[in-house]
Amino acid sequence: MKALVSLIAVLLLALIAYAGASVPGMRLLFGVVIPYAAFIIFVVGMVVRILKWASSPVPFRIPTTTGQQKSLPWIKHSIIESPSNGLGVIARMALEVLFFRSLFRNLKTQVGDGKQVTYGEAKWLWAAGLAFHWSFLFILVRHMRFFIEQVPAAIIMIEGLDSFLQIGAPLFYMTDAVILASVTYLFIRRIGIPQVKYISLIADYFPLFLILGIAVSGVWMRYFTKTDIVSVKILAMGLISFNPSVPETIGVMFFVHLFLLSVLFVYFPLSKLVHMAGVFMSPTRNLANNSRMKRHVNPWNYPVHVHTYEQYENDFREKMKGAGLPVEKE
Amino acid sequence: MGLKEHLQENRSAIVNQWFETVVGTYQEETRGPLRRQNAPFTNPVGFNTLQGLEGLFEGLLKGMLPSDTSRFLDGIVRIRAVQDFPPSEALQFILQLKTVVRSKLGETAQEPAMAGELVSFESSIDDLALFAFDLYMQCRETIYDIKAKEARSMTFRLLQKAQLITENQE
Amino acid sequence: MAKLPKPEELSKIDLTPPKTDWMDTPVVFKEGMFCHGSKPKSLEIVDFPNPREWRPADADWKLPENWKEILLEGIADRLKKYRSFRLFMDICVRCGACADKCHFFIGTGDPKNMPVLRAELIRSVYRKEFTTAGRIFGKMAGARELTVDVLKEWWYYFYQCTECRRCSVFCPYGIDQAEITMIGRELLNLLGLNIEWIAGPVSNCYMKGNHLGLEPHTIIGNLEYMLDDIETVTGKRIKPTFNRKGAEILFVTPSGDLFADPGTYTAMGYLMLFEELGLDYTWSTYASEGGNFGFFTSNEMAKRLNSKIYAEAKRLGVKWILGGECGHMWRVLSQYMDTWNGPADFLEVPKSPITGTVFENAKSMKMVHVAEFTADLIKNNKLKLDPKRNDHLKVTWHDSCNVARGMGMLEEPRYVLKNVVNNFYEMPEDTIREKTFCCGSGTGLNASEDMDLRMKGGYPRANAVKFVAEHHGVNMLANVCAIDRATLKALMEYWVPSVGVCGLHELVANAMIMTGEKERTTDLRGEPLPSVQAKEEKA
Repeated sequence: MKALVSLIAVLLLALIAYAGASVPGMRLLFGVVIPYAAFIIFVVGMVVRILKWASSPVPFRIPTTTGQQKSLPWIKHSIIESPSNGLGVIARMALEVLFFRSLFRNLKTQVGDGKQVTYGEAKWLWAAGLAFHWSFLFILVRHMRFFIEQVPAAIIMIEGLDSFLQIGAPLFYMTDAVILASVTYLFIRRIGIPQVKYISLIADYFPLFLILGIAVSGVWMRYFTKTDIVSVKILAMGLISFNPSVPETIGVMFFVHLFLLSVLFVYFPLSKLVHMAGVFMSPTRNLANNSRMKRHVNPWNYPVHVHTYEQYENDFREKMKGAGLPVEKE
Repeated sequence: MGLKEHLQENRSAIVNQWFETVVGTYQEETRGPLRRQNAPFTNPVGFNTLQGLEGLFEGLLKGMLPSDTSRFLDGIVRIRAVQDFPPSEALQFILQLKTVVRSKLGETAQEPAMAGELVSFESSIDDLALFAFDLYMQCRETIYDIKAKEARSMTFRLLQKAQLITENQE
Repeated sequence: MAKLPKPEELSKIDLTPPKTDWMDTPVVFKEGMFCHGSKPKSLEIVDFPNPREWRPADADWKLPENWKEILLEGIADRLKKYRSFRLFMDICVRCGACADKCHFFIGTGDPKNMPVLRAELIRSVYRKEFTTAGRIFGKMAGARELTVDVLKEWWYYFYQCTECRRCSVFCPYGIDQAEITMIGRELLNLLGLNIEWIAGPVSNCYMKGNHLGLEPHTIIGNLEYMLDDIETVTGKRIKPTFNRKGAEILFVTPSGDLFADPGTYTAMGYLMLFEELGLDYTWSTYASEGGNFGFFTSNEMAKRLNSKIYAEAKRLGVKWILGGECGHMWRVLSQYMDTWNGPADFLEVPKSPITGTVFENAKSMKMVHVAEFTADLIKNNKLKLDPKRNDHLKVTWHDSCNVARGMGMLEEPRYVLKNVVNNFYEMPEDTIREKTFCCGSGTGLNASEDMDLRMKGGYPRANAVKFVAEHHGVNMLANVCAIDRATLKALMEYWVPSVGVCGLHELVANAMIMTGEKERTTDLRGEPLPSVQAKEEKA
């Protein structure tokens, strides 16, 4: 039900773009105005969101330690799992962000005396998650060629890597297949695994369909309708040089692609997708486990009511004396 | 082919379906994790339930006494005795084996030769169910016993201190 | 022949619950799954709001008129104070990786015990009241109204979480349900919705210095009994000091170990060890609690209770502080104490007077865990040990959640253990170290009225113990946590009756040969030593 609502929403959005861009006068709206607006909302939204997080302090040093603390010199300290300094934290965060270290922990489970098996779904969640995020990044970088007059060698290299299979014309990009497959998997597990379905919200299905829509429309243009790339680049270069023009030769499918992307940009800062930035700020991961060595300061630490020793002694002085305990006041 | 051979042949299918009926007593969202195999430590409920059912079925096939397979029964009943089931639901799974067996036998169950054997097999399931009630009660009693002991151990030192309890002089 | 009914028609009981969205499934309070409500007196002593007689199972919780306003203000306030809270409200993608990591979910099978859903209980309200999307799209955006039913759901499930942090280990963003539960409980406390098993110890600790409410003379009296027992076993009379000014070290340990078995044997272990070392140390009756049930109440209450440790160290003029075996106590000490009540600049960097080792890892907060202290002693050959005295034991090690995941002390106790026992077997890897399973009774849930909850929550732990008991004949479950010692005993009694529970320093004291001790014939529990048993069998 929730999945269906999300699917319909994305289809509607695609339809709006399709219908809208077919009307000649609307091309400027879909090609220039909306992308500009979406980009501004994205940037401002993300900045606001990050500032909001940053405005809340980290009152306590609360890393989740997943390895041996640094203590006695002869005990092997787990530098990454229980980092005692910034360097260790950087390593820990890098493993987390680049390889989804914590999710990876799910993979192995023990059967009996030391025997290990890899447990099915967790493996796929990790693999699909990783495949999805990496292919998204690759595709994003590849798209940079539209915004740079002289395509840099780095981008050409990435394109070469991505298409090294040398299949088809235009050359087939592996990441296109990977992103479609991984997003599809992430959707299937969401409806297929009862406990995951139970926790899923519309806000979980919608971005999946949205990204799927963007990917499908992109693939469609590249491999099937063969959109005029030259005019797309003219549009892109126009946008980036604040001198926008919408060439007549751009097909309608492109506007569907661009509009869904714009929706993603707007939706991004308002949704769970902010985890992209949030993961870097997570206090259970990005703090060193060194609160015993170095005092962590809480900016809102305030004095509290305590029951002082004096009050305590007043309450129990006679009993203390009776038990032979030293007292401050006789 | 006699009943036992029949059951032996369909053994894994029967045990799996029996396991499914037990899994079916949990909420839908819980069933996936319970079905996870090969995870004795991270899915102890599902693992011990399946192991237990296998052991119990084996015992029934071999005509073992319930007391001889109590280890397997214990593995299941002990957990169900503290979960949110009323006693009837906690133990219903044992009797449900009859349903599972009959559904696997299909028409053959009604053959006269089979019917007799089936009655005796089913009565051994009943015996198992009765035995399970004893076990269930033991589990519940252990819980009450633990509660009482905790209360006692909390007050023991205080009573000792107040000299209300002294050790017997030799 | 009469037509037999179809097999599937035979059983008519449908056990499948009606299918509703979790938001529309109201909470049902089940007997054995929750604790008694806080008593008015316990709240009054520490000036907590809304003290009154109330029972969780009652429909009317006697909430203040403006309860909703209080709660929403409370949320807003905490969003401003804790980045963790704000972030964890925003970034969960509901991937479900945490779902089956929770011992309560594994044991109860209740989907609302999945960490992600426990967090959604509060997130749904956050979205409704604090996010644009939630305000506009309501339920479509996963938002819902805060009602009394929702409040009851919070109460029920935030007191079915032991803040063990196991879920946080597996979360790709490190979302820590412990943090959310802590804040959830703090919010509930704004309305006087604590449980008595926490509120009682908190008020005791505030007034009398320890959770059990032992008054100064009682503490000494309790220790006297232990000293008698030590004398019976070793022939040595130990004379510890209390509230002594000028001692080098202040020793603070959870009060539970002064009170009930098997914790008392651990306390006897400390007494014997310090005596043997000739340590210049003192106990305190004012700071007579290492644990901190305030931590299960609110940040402020935890700080109020914790303040006594540094205050007492300052008053007595000690150089540094040594802490006993405890779990949550050490999360509080390592991650909070210095921040709350430091800087402890009146103390010196801890240095073992026996080995000269300087504990650089505690150079700011100035407190050392007794397992670190003892590991250092053994490494430097300062103890005469005869592990054969523990040969009747086959020991396994339970990593306490807070020590494992909130401090990272994994190897020190193992090193000590391996030097004092000959038979040590690890439990399966999935259930130890950072992946350790909780005893199921932490964060003040170790009452008796919620025994069913405790047995379910502790099942994954017990199941792993059972494995080593069956495969290696393990008969003793050792740990460094006072709550574990009290609650694992009950857990073992139900699940693996052949296994006992003990603290680390009970085993140390059993193995340690004291100068001038008489020939020991029993261990601290009065059980004959293996060598004696063997002799008796020969004769």
